[in-house]
Amino acid sequence: MDMNCSLQQKKAVEIKGVSKAFGTYQALKPVTFDIYENEFFTLLGPSGCGKTTLLRMIAGFEQPSTGEISLRGSNIQGQPPHRRRVNTVFQSYALFPHMTLEQNVAFGLENLGWAKDKREARVADMLRLVHMDKLAARKPQQLSGGQRQRIALARALAPEPEVLLLDEPLSALDLKLRQAMRDELRTLQRQTGITFVFVTHDQEEALDMSDRICVLGDGEIQQLGTPADVYEEPSNRFVADFIGETNFLDAEVISVDSERATVSIPFGMTLSVPHKGAVAGGKAVMSIRPEKINLPSQDGQISVDGTIVSANYLGGYTHYVVETGGTQLRVSKRNSVSRDRMLEIGRPITVSFAAESPRVLGA
Amino acid sequence: MKPRPKSPGWNVLGLLPAQLIMLLTLIIPVGIIVLVSFSTRGPYGGFDFVFTTAPYKQILFNEGWTGELEFNPQYLIVVGRTLVLSLVTTAICTVLSFPVAYFISLQRASVKMMLIYLVTLPFWVSMIVRVYSWIIILGNDGVIAKALRALGLVDNMGSLLFTDTAMLVGLVYSYIPLMILPVFASIEKLDSALVEASHDLYGSRLTTLRRVILPLCKPGMMAGAILVFVPCLGAVLEPTLLGGGKTMMMGNLIQLQFGAARNWPLGAAISIVLMSAVLIFLMWRGLQAVRREGREGDV
Repeated sequence: MDMNCSLQQKKAVEIKGVSKAFGTYQALKPVTFDIYENEFFTLLGPSGCGKTTLLRMIAGFEQPSTGEISLRGSNIQGQPPHRRRVNTVFQSYALFPHMTLEQNVAFGLENLGWAKDKREARVADMLRLVHMDKLAARKPQQLSGGQRQRIALARALAPEPEVLLLDEPLSALDLKLRQAMRDELRTLQRQTGITFVFVTHDQEEALDMSDRICVLGDGEIQQLGTPADVYEEPSNRFVADFIGETNFLDAEVISVDSERATVSIPFGMTLSVPHKGAVAGGKAVMSIRPEKINLPSQDGQISVDGTIVSANYLGGYTHYVVETGGTQLRVSKRNSVSRDRMLEIGRPITVSFAAESPRVLGA
Repeated sequence: MKPRPKSPGWNVLGLLPAQLIMLLTLIIPVGIIVLVSFSTRGPYGGFDFVFTTAPYKQILFNEGWTGELEFNPQYLIVVGRTLVLSLVTTAICTVLSFPVAYFISLQRASVKMMLIYLVTLPFWVSMIVRVYSWIIILGNDGVIAKALRALGLVDNMGSLLFTDTAMLVGLVYSYIPLMILPVFASIEKLDSALVEASHDLYGSRLTTLRRVILPLCKPGMMAGAILVFVPCLGAVLEPTLLGGGKTMMMGNLIQLQFGAARNWPLGAAISIVLMSAVLIFLMWRGLQAVRREGREGDV
């Protein structure tokens, strides 16, 4: 293990068998994973998957029903939120309306008992970091959504938390601003070197910003890995479906070895493809991403004949749906040539994909 | 097509019923009181409308046999006592109502409704009956005195009744619901994320209460303070029944002038002074609020 790697492996948060039940409703089944220092870690999932519950347990607002949470190696079970060296950026920002921006940012430092001059310097630094130093004397209700977001960040970062928790902080912003804030958040994380735990239901946001993503669904971890891992090698149908767009093909597994499986697919052919947990003789689901299907077909690839049934022009891309004998394939074609001619509906066409592209998922 | 700017025209007539009610029940009666306050006292009560400012002078001065004015603080003492009792009542109501309102706000929705109903329940019973019941509690043979004697703690305590304290108890009891309701409303409006944010930023429970919850509940408390303070100034029943008429407040001083003392113009003059004081106080508060809005509204 090299030096860089061992640095990476220092654990900021350890989640050990943590679960949460509200009455009879199991919001989160027992989960175990680690979040490393200096990492941008994302909890991704649809609403009701338990991601916010998990975040609130790290913050201390909820107590786990089972399991324990450690922060930098020490168990923080039973510690109230104000004793945990973690800070939260709330979905609604939760800025104190009766305080100026300066007072908002200083609040945590005052409670930690920082000396006045040190505190003032830190507040000024933080306001400069989020480009809000000129508005320090304003009140939160005089700010726009993006500005509130920045103050919420400055307030949470000011006390130098061991971990920063972000609860869907971008969901209240409009699209353009959301894009800009993504870059800003990522930069901020690199600048400060603080571990970020980011909760979102937006898979694009997660892919864009994260070092690692934990995909949650139905109160369980579906997959944990880098953005490329979860997109390219989804471990099950849920992940493949939730992250990005994909085509599902029913397949039958003919034989399996350690890495590859031989399957038969609806187009009347057999393929040898990488797999995760396929069983010989069983049914399987195969996933292939729309942008991995070429249209028109390329030589040396597996080709399938079909007819175009719909075409949607989306600027950078055109989305086609191709009917191939009972199976509809979604195909995403990059509009790389200026004023590229769109293919008309009803036209017979041959599409192709590389044998490496499809993934076999457990049924 | 450009919409024609609406001129008020005949639409104003729609307000007529409301204006009529205000005229009949507020403007005219207050006008009469103003009139009476500048009139001469009638020989058997009532008044003769002969213009004089004497009633206002009487508030502060005694007129000697030869017409010289001699300073007389007796009414000022009543005014002072009224102010002090009203302020203390308001303060006690504020301190007591916050924990009650907070407790109610923490309950389940159904329990909450029930408790709020219980807070307003006393309003369904006549004020006289409720204040009278305190005589039974505080009196010489009252519940408290008997209990203390039975326990052998006190042999012969002085009467609790007919004291300033008794009046205070009565006032707090009568007006505290008017404080609990607005304070409860402001606690309910409080965003729970703000409380969490305070805890998250290392604020202990006490810090959170002092620096986040109380400041954000201040508007509700101010509204409650006005609702308690203003009627306290004009309270009649509590000083009459629990103060025994020995210690007076402005309310029963006014009543006395219109009744036994048969000095309507003086009663009217004191009423006008009381009313003006309340109006000035409310306008001052109103202006403050408007100015604050103006400051915080601009972006």
